[in-house]
Order: sequence, then C-alpha cells, then structure tokens
Amino acid sequence: MKGWLRQDGRKGIRNTVVVAYLVECAHFVASKIVSGFPEDDVQLIGFPGCYPNEYAARMMDRLCTHPNVGAVLFVSLGCESFDKVRASEAVSASGRPVKTLVIQKAGGTASTVQMGRDWVHGVLAQVAEVPRVPMGVDELVIGTVCGGSDGTSGISGNPAAGKAFDLLVGEGAACIFEETGELIGCEEIMAERAVTPALGQALRESVQKAERYYATLGYGSFAAGNAAGGLSTIEEKSLGAYVKSGDSPISGLIKPGDLPPRGGLYLMDVVPDGDVRFGFPNISDNAEIVEMIASGAHLSLFVTGRGSVVGSAISPVIKICANPQTYRNLSEDMDVNAGDIIEGKRSIEEVGREIRDLVVAVASGAPTKSEALGHREFILTYKSFEPIGPACLPAA
Amino acid sequence: MTETARKPGSTMIGPFLLLSAADNVLVARESAAEGTDVPLEQGSVMLTRPIPLAHKIARRDIAEGEKILKYGMPIGIATEAIPAGAHVHVHNIRSAYTPTHMLQDADGVSAAVAQ
Repeated sequence: MKGWLRQDGRKGIRNTVVVAYLVECAHFVASKIVSGFPEDDVQLIGFPGCYPNEYAARMMDRLCTHPNVGAVLFVSLGCESFDKVRASEAVSASGRPVKTLVIQKAGGTASTVQMGRDWVHGVLAQVAEVPRVPMGVDELVIGTVCGGSDGTSGISGNPAAGKAFDLLVGEGAACIFEETGELIGCEEIMAERAVTPALGQALRESVQKAERYYATLGYGSFAAGNAAGGLSTIEEKSLGAYVKSGDSPISGLIKPGDLPPRGGLYLMDVVPDGDVRFGFPNISDNAEIVEMIASGAHLSLFVTGRGSVVGSAISPVIKICANPQTYRNLSEDMDVNAGDIIEGKRSIEEVGREIRDLVVAVASGAPTKSEALGHREFILTYKSFEPIGPACLPAA
Repeated sequence: MTETARKPGSTMIGPFLLLSAADNVLVARESAAEGTDVPLEQGSVMLTRPIPLAHKIARRDIAEGEKILKYGMPIGIATEAIPAGAHVHVHNIRSAYTPTHMLQDADGVSAAVAQ
C-alpha cells in the first residue's frame, strides 16, 4: 500500500481535487467546473445553506483537509454567510493549493466556470507531484454504515463487516461505527465493551440522547423499506446494525469531525446536542458517510439489504450486500456478496476476510463498484454539537 | 451479553433460522411458501401465508404483552396473542421505544411495486 503524503503526516489513498460551493447559489457553477474534467479525479462537494453554522464550517474544513484531498477550489456567490476567508486560510495552512472564486466579482457564470477550469487544469499537474509513500493498515481510518437495511442485514452483511472490523482493528486501523439512533436498545451491551467505565457511561448517554431526539421528532431512524424487508421495530434494526461494530473493545466516542487519535474502535455520536433545532440528525445515508469522512475515514463499508447504489465524494465506498436476492438483482453495484452466508455457501469469517482484503486493495488504488460507475454523492446539512467530554477519549 | 446475541448464526429449522437459543421467533433464510411445514418444538405447523426472506414467525405460542426475542435480545412487545408459526411483524408487535412507520408493502407480500 502507498499513500499520498500530506503535510500533517496523514496519508491519502486518493489524490482528489475538490471543488466546493459555499451556498446553493454557487452549486451550478461549481458543478459546471467539475464537468470539464470527466477523466480526472475532480469532485464536487458543498454546503447549501446561506446562514452561518459552526458545524458546517468545521465539516468543510475537515473535508477540504482530508488526506484523500490534494487541492481545493472554493466557489462563492459572494453574499452568503460562509466565512470563505477563514476556510481558505485553513486549507492553505494544511499545505494544499487553494483558490476562491467569487461569482459576483468574477463576471458571472461563464467567466467563473472558465476561471475555475483554468485553475483546476493547472492544479492537477501540481497535485500529481505530491509524493506517494509506503502506508500501513495501521494508518487507515475506516467507517461503516448500513442503509436500505432489511432482516438479512443483521444476519449476514453486518456480522461480516464486524468481522472485517475485528481484523482491521487487530492490524492497528482506526474503525468508526455510527448512528446512535440505530443503537437504541443496544446501549447496555455496548457500554460493557468500553475500555473505561466512564466511557461506557458516555456511550450509554449518547444513545439516550438519540432516543430523546427521535422521540421529539416522532419518527425513529426507520424507513418504510425496513419493514417491507422484515424489520418490525427500531430495536430490531438496531441489534442488526450493532453487530457491524464487531467484538473489539470500544476505545472512544467521537463526534463528526473529531479525528480518532490512534487505532481502535470508535463510536461516532451523530445526534446533535441541545434542543431539536435543524430536523433529522442524518437525512439520508450519505450524510452519515460524509461525517465519517470528516473524521478522517479513507473509505467506508456500506452494508445494504434492500440495495443501495450510492458511493461518495472524497472517500470510496465498499458496498456489502446482505441479501442474496438483492445481490442477484443489483450485482453490478455490489462489491461483496454477503448473501452467501444466508445461503450457507460461505461463513461470516470468510466474507469478513474478503472485506478486509478488499479494504487493502481499494486503499492500494483499486476502484470500488460505485467509484467505477461514477457515483460521487455528497450531502451536508445544518447541525449543532458541543465538544466531546473528557471521558470520551481515554488515554491509551 | 452472551455470544449468541452478538454472533448470529445458525440453527436451521426448515427454511428458517434460530439465531439464539432464547429466541421466540425464527427468521426466514429463504422465502417460504404458504403451506410449508415447519417442525417446531411443540409440533409441526403449516404456514398460513407466504413468509418472505428475513421475515419472522413465532417459534412457539406468544402471549399478548410478551417480549419478542431475536438474537437473544428484546426487539419489541406482542400486541396480541401470536400462535406458533404465525408471521411476527408490524401488525402484531410494537417497539418499546419509538413507533414504526411503514407503507402498504410492510408485509413484504403485497409489495406489487417494481418487483
């Protein structure tokens, strides 16, 4: 494995030029810039809101200084609230080439697109010069999510992802699982796995917070398709989702944008703090993926039963299909067929090993199915968080 | 926490899986047709409706108000008496936490859309 070495010492498994719009009003112009580079690794991200939000600013900082990112072009309308000067300084301080275009000053759509494409063209040559150096599994950060879950997810795909996590944590990688709203009902068994009792209490409280939050919304993290796929309640979905964490001790509790300080298994608390203010914590699966990328995930494992086809901007997504019927239907979108476990053809251990090996292959440059198909989904919405407490990251 | 609850796996009972010895439900490991005989401890039962992949049936008679156990863990509460072999789902169990929202196709069988 080799990674692109960044100034902060982290290494990337991709070397992407990111074009980031800073309000929805600049989205189209930014996407036109990106569409000029169909053969290059140039990707679109952005934040749609006009009103300032500390969380969104921090997320954009983390995403634009992610080890998989080599350079950043910000596209601003001009009058939005996003602090583009501060964001640009943060990227510049990370040693990456950065440029900000302001549409209102640049003469409108066509001229901004032209200026943007000219800059990206030049910077592609520049990022190609970034040295690629040996990289170990112990330098990887890996996230896991599940989406489009059904009753097979908890029997095949999630246990296999959990097995892969056990192997990767054993090799020193940092692995992140998330969505505390999908751990409702698992808080006690999860707390027992914490490396300290105080962390255990923090894990318990993070799930209790999620329960309160969703109770206020009157709607759990449970989609219609979950029921059609055989899941009856949120706690049934939770228990199935929980197994993707594997069996390793839980080393810490982080929030979106916090970087795991070392290898180990981490829970990401994705439910906002304080009063319910901005709606659902994560409005769709890609919001969860983006948060794990903001916490440094080089790639994500995505377990699906009903059949998701998404990928992501910045970090590749490995899709693990839990349901053998879905796999046959959507095999061109799936990287791993964990449905074999249900059909008795392979064991959880065998599929877990396949996932671990695929992580290393993708980290070494092999494209995932969604990458090859061109999926680069991205979504970032409003949230608010307090910093994590002192019990959340016990010293090693 | 027992190993069985976190290590789903595998006693096969006809086309169904028993995930943990403590469970009072079985999970379909393939779609099971109406009329399929399932050998349960209290005797063989015949399925009175098709059970889609990954849906659940009662492993034994379950009383109203009883906890439903899957992976050895509670996943909900029976809202009515459920006879052995019957489909266990959103129509006869409820969450102990937040309500479940679903569409018309929640039974996994009436889903005539895009199949």
